[in-house]
Amino acid sequence: MKSAIATLLAAVTSLSAVAADEVNIYSYRQPFLIQPILDDFTKQTGIKTNVVFAKKGLIERVKREGKHGRADLVLTSNFSAMIQLEEMGLTNAIESDKIDKNIPASFRDPDGHWVALTKRVRNVYSSKDRAGKLTSLSYEELANPKYKGKICTRSGKHPYNLGLVASMIAHHGEAETKTWLQGVKANLARKPQGNDRAQVKAVKEGLCDLALGNSYYFGKMLEDNKQRAWADAVYINFPNQSDRGSHLNVSGVVMTKYSKNKENALKLIEFMTDNKAQNMYASMNMEYPVKPGVELSKLVASWGTFKEDSLPLSEISKYRPMALKLIDEVKFDL
Amino acid sequence: MQLKQSLSSWQSMAWLIGIALSIPLAFLIFEALQGESEVFSHLWQSVLWDYTRNTLVLIAGVVTLSALIALPLGWLTAYCRFPGKRVFEWALMLPLALPAYIIAYVYTDLLDYAGPVQIWLRQQFGWQGPDDYWFIDLRTLPGAIVMIALVLYPYLYLIFKTALREQSFKLVQASQLMGMSPAQSFFKVSLPLSRGAIVAALALISMETMADFATVHYFAVSTLTTAVYDTWLGYYSLTAAAKISGIMLLFLFVALLLERMSRKTQVVHERQSGVNDTHLYDLTGYQGWLAWGFCMLILGIAFFVPVGILLNYAFHYFEQAWNAEFFTYALQSLQISLYVSVIAMFISLLVVYYQRIEPGKFTNLPGRFASTGYALPGTVLAIAVLLPLTLMDTKLNDWLDGSGFEPGLLLSGTLFAMIFAYVVRFYAIAHGAVESSFVRISPSIDMASLSLGKGRFQTLTQVHLPLLKRGLLTAGLLVFIECMKELPAALLLRPFNFETLATHVYQYVSDEQLELASISALFIVLVGLIPLYWVNRSMEQHN
Repeated sequence: MKSAIATLLAAVTSLSAVAADEVNIYSYRQPFLIQPILDDFTKQTGIKTNVVFAKKGLIERVKREGKHGRADLVLTSNFSAMIQLEEMGLTNAIESDKIDKNIPASFRDPDGHWVALTKRVRNVYSSKDRAGKLTSLSYEELANPKYKGKICTRSGKHPYNLGLVASMIAHHGEAETKTWLQGVKANLARKPQGNDRAQVKAVKEGLCDLALGNSYYFGKMLEDNKQRAWADAVYINFPNQSDRGSHLNVSGVVMTKYSKNKENALKLIEFMTDNKAQNMYASMNMEYPVKPGVELSKLVASWGTFKEDSLPLSEISKYRPMALKLIDEVKFDL
Repeated sequence: MQLKQSLSSWQSMAWLIGIALSIPLAFLIFEALQGESEVFSHLWQSVLWDYTRNTLVLIAGVVTLSALIALPLGWLTAYCRFPGKRVFEWALMLPLALPAYIIAYVYTDLLDYAGPVQIWLRQQFGWQGPDDYWFIDLRTLPGAIVMIALVLYPYLYLIFKTALREQSFKLVQASQLMGMSPAQSFFKVSLPLSRGAIVAALALISMETMADFATVHYFAVSTLTTAVYDTWLGYYSLTAAAKISGIMLLFLFVALLLERMSRKTQVVHERQSGVNDTHLYDLTGYQGWLAWGFCMLILGIAFFVPVGILLNYAFHYFEQAWNAEFFTYALQSLQISLYVSVIAMFISLLVVYYQRIEPGKFTNLPGRFASTGYALPGTVLAIAVLLPLTLMDTKLNDWLDGSGFEPGLLLSGTLFAMIFAYVVRFYAIAHGAVESSFVRISPSIDMASLSLGKGRFQTLTQVHLPLLKRGLLTAGLLVFIECMKELPAALLLRPFNFETLATHVYQYVSDEQLELASISALFIVLVGLIPLYWVNRSMEQHN
């Protein structure tokens, strides 16, 4: 009886028990960037890739699907998501000499549960006309009353801002960070809204003089005919160069605990840490590759070198829940 | 005896549907009751009150504005003759095909400080900065109210117009003969007679508003819906998210209660006979043009301007925005929308019919249960759907363990999950439309049919269905268009390599680059127009 039902089910569903030569991906990162990399991977290895692209909820989906889930990899756009997956016990150790060789230890989980693929900096953009280049600016200074009504940012709850707030807590503690957040909120030119690009646009239009944003947006805007004028109106500044260095965030990848195609998944991760894919990240999305020696895009290189905050990401991510709580407490977004 | 048996089979069918569609909610409530949630109490102390207030203001605003737009429009097109009326009659439904977040995006782009309108004003008047003048700030609560009302008013318009058409025409004519002015007749006869339909439509609108995520999120207006998102995907607390959904459910029950109370009003069972072209008022001269102007204004703001801007984007960004994938996405969107609307029509018919043939205290319950999914924001619903489905999948896999076949996520990892979620979410729309059509059929027709020896089932198929055609089609159409636009549930439940037009477009909207997906956005509108046209045509023939 049971076997009859099993045969029947197997016949009517296209899901076969033994997967073909493929790998299934949940991606928080966008199609325009990931699809070319995947296509290239398929061309080289013959392994088919299936993707679900989404901006939200993939972690939750992996959790719900449990051991019968079909995702082998999750591509994330920030470190919190990877560490969250790891903490939920949904990840698998990634063991590969090749990956260990490609990626410096500080950008891998010590136990191999996540691997960073690209770096991005949380920059402060300043209006060329009204603020000038701010070489000695720090994140702390954004709370200084002299900037009242002059700062723009996206929602405080966005992972990029949460990461920054978490790093502030890691360096200064909860109470001081709360005071800092209140100060920044008091300096906002408008309610947090839009994405990082929209902030630069607002600076160009004169709504604000300073804006927080990730580094790669700047490069992408300079490449877009319509948006070049926005980017041309601002300087890109790397904060805290005289002390701990600028806050870094990373995009990365984890292998799911219940992956059915571990070998293929590993091949794909290796591929993503290697020259070809790292180059694509650098040239197509203006990000900082994690693999040493991979060339930056010319444009990104022209911004010069900068000092990175060396506090480990796993340390910073501990404070993410607290960061979220503080954002709510000071009603940052309201 | 015979009768009793057939009744009980209708009964079990209705209850089965009611229970099946409320399973996700039951799981969610169960989740919400999972003890104290630290996150929830933290939210309670900090921002929850702001969110609740914003939600209530949003709903009140959208409902009011929709009524101000739709009631006059419905009355004009049902009872008056004026220039362009025949076109307006169906054209005024067009904004339904536009997702709210798309017009929100388009208008923000247009009216933003950095948008063409304000730049032009600054050049004209020599203003230097934002402090020199006042201008509409769209990304606010009032802005969100206007955007959402512009795409939701057609619900009320459609339902109200249908109600007026199906109302006793003679009453309105009588009011005319008794010397009432059009306005008096509208307020004293038409409105009270269609109160049930109006409240039902407004309840739908308020639920839709509550479930909107993309627009308020884009406008950075925090509501309970965005709070559910933040809590579940930011705090990773499903329990707290479920508790917040509980607050939303309370609002929903209020909406449903209001609807039910309004249904208690006296119903006039009489169908308008004869041609539909009878009109009571000939608006000639300036009155006619005023009516034309009002219709044109609404249609322009809610449809032509946004679509015009989309066309403009599509023209300028054609190379980046054109790709062959549209057809795939369009086909996938059509496919799922069709399945869902057919299923919703069919099951709502069964449930409403059961309510009709077995009036009793509890007969309404299956329909009410089944309608509860509507007020859940798509994300919450997606999770609520995943909870029972993954449980069943796991059980099935465990049971088949060792048979050599592992089906994997047969229910939760396939299109089934999406279809189920959509049906749960949109059943209420179909139910409302079918119910209000059914109510207008006099029970004496049923008695006549039964006394002529027809069974319950035959009565339904041979007597009621022809009379219900319009209501059913309206129901199907509304559900279809909603499915085309549905976003959050789709984002979370998509199987591999499956995109709908809505998910594709939203990826770009959230990046503030709608230009690059303008063609897909136009596709959503276009595909929404096909059923509009088709239903309209069938109504014409019907008349």
